[in-house]
Amino acid sequence: MTVAYMQAITERYKAIGYAPYRWYQADDAPPWTPLARPLAASTVGMLSTSGAYAVGQVAYHYKDDTSIRSIPADTPKSALRFSHVTENYLVDARQDADCILPLTALRALQAEGAIGSLADQVFSCMGGVYSQRRVREEVAPALLAGFRQQKVDCALLVSM
Amino acid sequence: MCLGSALDILGAGRPPRATFVDYPLGHSTGKPFDAADQLAIVRAALAGFDTITQPETIVRLPNQWDAAGDWRTDAMRADRGDTRQPRDETPQFQHAADRDAAIASGAWRPASPPGASPDAD
Repeated sequence: MTVAYMQAITERYKAIGYAPYRWYQADDAPPWTPLARPLAASTVGMLSTSGAYAVGQVAYHYKDDTSIRSIPADTPKSALRFSHVTENYLVDARQDADCILPLTALRALQAEGAIGSLADQVFSCMGGVYSQRRVREEVAPALLAGFRQQKVDCALLVSM
Repeated sequence: MCLGSALDILGAGRPPRATFVDYPLGHSTGKPFDAADQLAIVRAALAGFDTITQPETIVRLPNQWDAAGDWRTDAMRADRGDTRQPRDETPQFQHAADRDAAIASGAWRPASPPGASPDAD
């Protein structure tokens, strides 16, 4: 049995007096795009919604921050940081970023040839944006433009 | 490919391809300091690009956080788990030194403190 997060978070918000939480529920079936080439020949992009940033970049703020960070894929783990409105989930990631920003694993998969290549930069955003409209109109188009500029064949979206 | 550890939220978004790992939130790509676990999860998720043929497929990974599974009880409690930080528009740097680094790189310039007078020139 898996955790019923939608129910638990809805009840938690109700208990502290917040307006009812309105979860996103997709109405339509997603578009389906077959891969142009096998994974082993594909350029792979990555997004983590964990609020990751690299030292030297600005951290996220906690009021619907819709900005994104472009993090070099060869950034050492010691230079990765996190700021997120639910930072209680980041206790481990702040000790080992690969829990939620898997640069080490992606680089290993590139080195062994399981993926064709890893994009030079990976993206991060702060997933705790309460406005669905702002995610749709600001965050998603910026990420799509970033992935298109990288000419990736596919992308791994790591949600937190 | 959407990789996450909240199955109900993942399903509500109806991504074209998804992978679910039943770990506490914040560990979508593995246990801390367990490089083998992290690599196995990312490898399995990406393999879905070659194997998933039906839209909205959610692959459930067999990985277990621990044998007991008590963490799920805590995650479900209304008075524990998810604690939101105050909504504030000031960047929340993990370390004070990160703030200095962001200023030094030119990525960020702090707003003038309240009451500061503008430059005369």
